[in-house]
Amino acid sequence: MRTRMLSLFVAVAVLALCTASPAQMTQYDEDQRWNTESHIGSLTGHATGAKVTYRRFCVGCHGVIGDGEGENAQWLDPKPRNFTLGQFKCRSTPTGTLPTDEDLYNTIGRGIVNSNMPAWFPLTNQERADLVAYVKHFSSKWTTEKAGQPIEIPAEPEITAERVKAGEGLFKKLECWKCHGVEGRANGPSADTLTDDQNRPIRPFNFHDGSRFKCGTTDQDLFKIFMTGLDGTPMPSFADNVKPEEAWELVMYLRTLQPANPLNTKEKIIAKQLGLKPINPYAAPPAQPESK
Amino acid sequence: MNVGSNQEKDPMTSRFKLTGIMSALLLVSVAALYSARGASAAGEGKITGTIKLDGTPPHMKPIDMSKEPSCQQIHAAHPVTLENVVVGANGGLQNVVVYISEGLSAGAAGQVPSETPTWDQKGCQYIPHVLALDVNQHFKVVNSDQTSHNIHPTPNPAGTNHEWNKSQPPGAPPFDVTWTAPEVAVPVKCNIHPWMHGYMAVVKGPSAVSDNNGAFTVNDVPPGNYTVTAWQEVYGTQTAKVTVAAGKPVTADFTFKAK
Repeated sequence: MRTRMLSLFVAVAVLALCTASPAQMTQYDEDQRWNTESHIGSLTGHATGAKVTYRRFCVGCHGVIGDGEGENAQWLDPKPRNFTLGQFKCRSTPTGTLPTDEDLYNTIGRGIVNSNMPAWFPLTNQERADLVAYVKHFSSKWTTEKAGQPIEIPAEPEITAERVKAGEGLFKKLECWKCHGVEGRANGPSADTLTDDQNRPIRPFNFHDGSRFKCGTTDQDLFKIFMTGLDGTPMPSFADNVKPEEAWELVMYLRTLQPANPLNTKEKIIAKQLGLKPINPYAAPPAQPESK
Repeated sequence: MNVGSNQEKDPMTSRFKLTGIMSALLLVSVAALYSARGASAAGEGKITGTIKLDGTPPHMKPIDMSKEPSCQQIHAAHPVTLENVVVGANGGLQNVVVYISEGLSAGAAGQVPSETPTWDQKGCQYIPHVLALDVNQHFKVVNSDQTSHNIHPTPNPAGTNHEWNKSQPPGAPPFDVTWTAPEVAVPVKCNIHPWMHGYMAVVKGPSAVSDNNGAFTVNDVPPGNYTVTAWQEVYGTQTAKVTVAAGKPVTADFTFKAK
């Protein structure tokens, strides 16, 4: 760490001496970064307001410079987020774009299930908003780009047998089963080879055993997960080829795969009535799934 | 400690680099406004050459597509291998990107070709395996297979280009895509089919990718003195200096050494 910091200082000094203008730009850039704000509803967060909170609660994993290399990081899997990259899994915005302030705020409050990121209940709303600004100040992407436009989520339609059945067709057609498995047990043919953006092995979500998702628990969260994708993981965005009403059908079907989830009983009752069985992806050629 | 420490991939230093790149981009775009109309096609030359591999090419592992029967069938007669090093007749090295790394006027560098090349997913392979593109050039991502692919480019996270990841089921319409910053090269993968791997080389100005004989032609190069860079995904880069005269081809050959 010390040599890193030393080399950092040397680099700063050399650059400051050699090229005056970029250094000035960077000083300006630095000042801009400390001015980073977040806006969540009526709350305004300030990066400077989170200096103490970050050092107290976040630095151990996410590190002093926000690169996810805090002293605990070596023991953790999945690894803490590297904030300097400006890339986040849980977003309401399209793949390849920055999340909204609210997305980051929700992640702090919710935590990330199956990881070491807890839900930060003890922090006040203002402290969380300040932390959002602090998280943003680590990456220059927030000064050069705006957050993406949140995807449209229409009101959830009534749960019907027809929609659940249509969702089953989508599950097959979109090949969700390739990773998540035909019963949602995370054992599809591609499941074993998946890696994240750091080339570390990563598991698909197991619908059968799990109830909470990485990015929330509600039907809207589930909708968002497959429509935005989880950037930095193998989970892609399906927004280009799935209409919002189809997305709701898929949500309804996915809920039938979750016996461990005490909620969503209506979907499960419908699944029973329909006598839904795990799909057989090889039964019919994928070109004509709904010919009759 | 020396100046070399600048090269370190520290977030701080990349922040400096970014600022530099951003200001350079700004300069280039301003300059382009003034000189873009100055370039005319008639007086332009080209750079041609051959790229060879010196030594024994490494063994390319055959790809086992048994987990994707629809693709395995396509290759039943001619099983395919990985494509990291593809050597054709007489040691010609395929899939090498050749581009002008120094010397282009801002006007020439800022011109964006109107052609929209295709990045196809066919038989669970990327066709082409390496695609050269201009910054902001539109191109199409196509799925010709009977299976879903997820197209997942992973550019350098410290740079300006964003990683994205989209599913493309069979029969889905093509994606229209651009890259906003130069990067040689953006790796592309499909997580569903882990053997699928390719590169998009994003450059400013004219470029070419060598064919199966290792031959390439960089067209529409305005007269001038240039540094030409050849990039290969395993062997890295090589450079050469060339002087392009109006209407004439100039030769630049490259030889990579097998490791």
